[in-house]
Amino acid sequence: MTTRSIGHSVQRREDPRLVTGNGRYLDDLGRDALAAAFVRSPHAHATITGIDITDAWEVDGVEAIYTFEDLDELMARPLPVLIPHPALTHPRTCLALADTEVNHVGEPVVMVVARDRYVAEDAAARIVVSYETKPVVVGVAAAREAALAVHDDVPDNVAAHLIQEVGDVDAALACSPHRLTIPLTIERSACMPMEGKGVYAVWDRDDASMRMWSSTQTSTGVRAAVAARLGIPLARIQCMAPDVGGGFGVKINHPWPEELLVPWAARALGRPVKWAEDRREHFVSSAHERQQLQEVEVGFDDDGRILALDVKVWHDNGAYTPYGIIVPIITATQLLGPYKPGTYRCEFWSLYTNTVIVTPYRGAGRPQGVFAMERTMDAIAAFLGKDRTEVRSTNFILPQDMPYDHGLMFQDGRPLKYDSGDFPASLAKLKALVGWDDFAAYREQAEAEGRKVGLGIGCYVEGTGVGPYEGGHVHVETSGQVFVATGLTSQGQGHETAFAQIVADELGVRFEDVHVTTGDTRRMPYAVGTFASRAAVMSGNAVAAAAKVVREKALRIAADALEANPDDLEIEDGVISVKGAPDTQISLSTVAVLSNPLRYAFDDAAKAATQFAGTFDPDKPPVAEGDEPGLEGKGFYSPTQATFANGMHAAIVETDPVTAEIRILRYCVVHDCGVMINPLIVEGQVHGGVAQGVGGALYERMAYDESGQLLNASFMDFLVPYASEVPFIETDHLETPSPLNPLGIKGAGEAGTIPVSAVLASAIEDAEGFPILSMPISPSELWELRRQRASAAAHSATTEGDR
Amino acid sequence: MTRITVTVDGAKYSDDVEPRTLLVHYLRETLGKVGTVVGCDTSNCGACTVHLDGRSVKSCNVLAVQVDGHEVTTIEGLATEAGLHPMQESFHEHHALQCGYCTPGMIMQAIDVLNTHPDPTEEQIRLGLEGNLCRCTGYHNIVKAVAAAAKAPGAAAVSSSKVGD
Ligand code: FES
Ligand code: FES
Repeated sequence: MTTRSIGHSVQRREDPRLVTGNGRYLDDLGRDALAAAFVRSPHAHATITGIDITDAWEVDGVEAIYTFEDLDELMARPLPVLIPHPALTHPRTCLALADTEVNHVGEPVVMVVARDRYVAEDAAARIVVSYETKPVVVGVAAAREAALAVHDDVPDNVAAHLIQEVGDVDAALACSPHRLTIPLTIERSACMPMEGKGVYAVWDRDDASMRMWSSTQTSTGVRAAVAARLGIPLARIQCMAPDVGGGFGVKINHPWPEELLVPWAARALGRPVKWAEDRREHFVSSAHERQQLQEVEVGFDDDGRILALDVKVWHDNGAYTPYGIIVPIITATQLLGPYKPGTYRCEFWSLYTNTVIVTPYRGAGRPQGVFAMERTMDAIAAFLGKDRTEVRSTNFILPQDMPYDHGLMFQDGRPLKYDSGDFPASLAKLKALVGWDDFAAYREQAEAEGRKVGLGIGCYVEGTGVGPYEGGHVHVETSGQVFVATGLTSQGQGHETAFAQIVADELGVRFEDVHVTTGDTRRMPYAVGTFASRAAVMSGNAVAAAAKVVREKALRIAADALEANPDDLEIEDGVISVKGAPDTQISLSTVAVLSNPLRYAFDDAAKAATQFAGTFDPDKPPVAEGDEPGLEGKGFYSPTQATFANGMHAAIVETDPVTAEIRILRYCVVHDCGVMINPLIVEGQVHGGVAQGVGGALYERMAYDESGQLLNASFMDFLVPYASEVPFIETDHLETPSPLNPLGIKGAGEAGTIPVSAVLASAIEDAEGFPILSMPISPSELWELRRQRASAAAHSATTEGDR
Repeated sequence: MTRITVTVDGAKYSDDVEPRTLLVHYLRETLGKVGTVVGCDTSNCGACTVHLDGRSVKSCNVLAVQVDGHEVTTIEGLATEAGLHPMQESFHEHHALQCGYCTPGMIMQAIDVLNTHPDPTEEQIRLGLEGNLCRCTGYHNIVKAVAAAAKAPGAAAVSSSKVGD
């Protein structure tokens, strides 16, 4: 009996090539290609008054130098606004190369193409761009104040303003027994995949066609965008995502200026061209996320039940809005987590600043929303003197409330309606895992040793697997090997493994015989992309649907061959047999041969499908009406709404009484993403997510100075955690299947990251005994908070004494 | 241009290089050994880690001319006909990689850690890998993989150093 593959911690198919250095990332391709380098703006806000490229031409090996002037009409247009929204009243996007104005440090101004990257950079260094600098807007506070404008025609810096309200918040606030106002701040961080972006394009002059590779999270999106801007029919352009060294969101935005310019130059020059982003470029010209100012006003009763929740968010969207307002929309909707406040209103302003653009970074607005909600929960508990888990429980949506409709519109334009989840059960598991009820004793013991420890908690719900759709294609070759394609891309999530597991189970073949390709428009031209923890849900169900189509076809052909009823057949390990009569069997490879009537035999097996083999009914056409040759099939999955995963984290931290150093002693995660295809991969996603969350909570920030210079644009100064900063993560799982899709799965990609800032703020607050309202927090900031508290206490003691 | 002769993954190469060429670019562009990758421009990420005469170095921090007459082992020189190196095997078994971009450098550094600490504590592993960034795994499974590899015979050995001439 074949064992099911789904649900097992199958080791990854990707690994053998990746552990031996045989992965192929973007910069590993095209060794003979010309290299591109860019001259980027050194100013955060300036008018370009002149560009002198003459000196650069002196460098031996330079092939081309392009400025805005060189771009044709299509290429000279502003980049697209990918996700328009009625509330996004003032969208602005950059040009592929800046024309008269630059709006952040790092904006591309001149492109140099040369023999190799060394030469291209030599030439770029000789180009002189003259600027007249303009005053800059840095930080949300300055944007909100609007004394200065980023874009002259948007004087208040407001790209978008949106209010969503459920119930009468003002009335509910007015009659709430208790009210609190909480001001909160979250700073910028960034995805920082270990591999930057990169593009490689090969133009075939004779065929007038383009093959391009991009380190992207959406090869179909890039293909469509490049086709539109280069004026190439889709049929003449293919885009592939090779091995991608991490994405975490930044590679879903597209087309990046370089994604248009590289193929455009390849066509103009008739030579392959490649650009691989270096780390500094990634810091100043990709994307960041997270920065928000928030103000929460909450009304609640004596039990801590929230009667009214009124949230205002000022969101920093950077210099341009190519990805629309997805991030603040997610903050506004996912803030609610597992709770059901009596009434809710969220109003946000998405604001321009002269800094790098903001597009989704793992969690995509949720970490900020969860921070607001969970800080509020802790504040209520502190106010009422209640246990923090009790206040949360009081506000939980219960399993019997499912499906639960919040009455809001989610980021996919569809209702924010939770499909399933058991929050009380998750909390019980978490409390058991971290030892919630024993912590008081542990603290007492620690205090006796002169140590300061704190316990924190954070809960979240994550809408995953948003539409519109993904597709799968399954092809059984005559060798019996099964080739699967899905269009979305992979950046380390183990899709080749997980999707092979699904197809192996659905089709009835061995896992080893299934081979998956992702992100290749030649194999699957219809796709959306890898973001929003959607790959497993969307492509998982799509390849399952495709496998079902193939299975049915295989059974039909086998039934003919075996003269049996298709309903009496089963497929196991690639062999179709009559149930109960296993000797009456035919292999899937033979069925594949028979599925394609042949005139010419190319090998022994193929003979069975040729015209004199006597295997067919002379009264029927070789390919039946409505049928197609080949044992292959396609399937698409397109859900009506997102599926909602959830989780709860707890951490124990220790803060040094003298230096204020913050150490995580334990980090516990309870996670529910429905049915797990491969627990090993799910756990890995959680571990990595938590580590990114730890980075965002304790170490990472974008240090812009008042002139808009990013002061820490390197790994020397922007502190991505090393192995020495992240503890082992303790995990436990709940599997509440999603009723929305046949496999019962929910997404898992972003989960780990989402609540970490909230959890660590909660733990540090618990250790220190005063509110933590701003994240990330460094030891020096914690030390400063202590000092302020101490001096305020001393001050009030003196005033007391004076009286 | 300067002439260098260097043994890489057991094979001898002689090439003219510009004095400014970094070892990692020599490996990738001149020799086509693209298994060793670049993740930063400040010598912080360790993605480019290789062994120079048996000790780990960041190949973005070494000039090609400096390896003249020396022996370099990259991730591509670890596996033998008998199969994967025990450290590669352990990374696979413990799901110590996701996107795999940090992996070549991480594995080379992990072998170096075991050279220094054949029976490492968790802390020795973590500190030994400080200098190699991974953005995907949270290090959880990497630390486990290195600890498990320490128990496997030959995990600190590098095959190609035996091949050298
Ligand atoms: S590329 Fe060598 S340390 Fe980052
Ligand atoms: S596996 Fe992606 S950076 Fe380590």
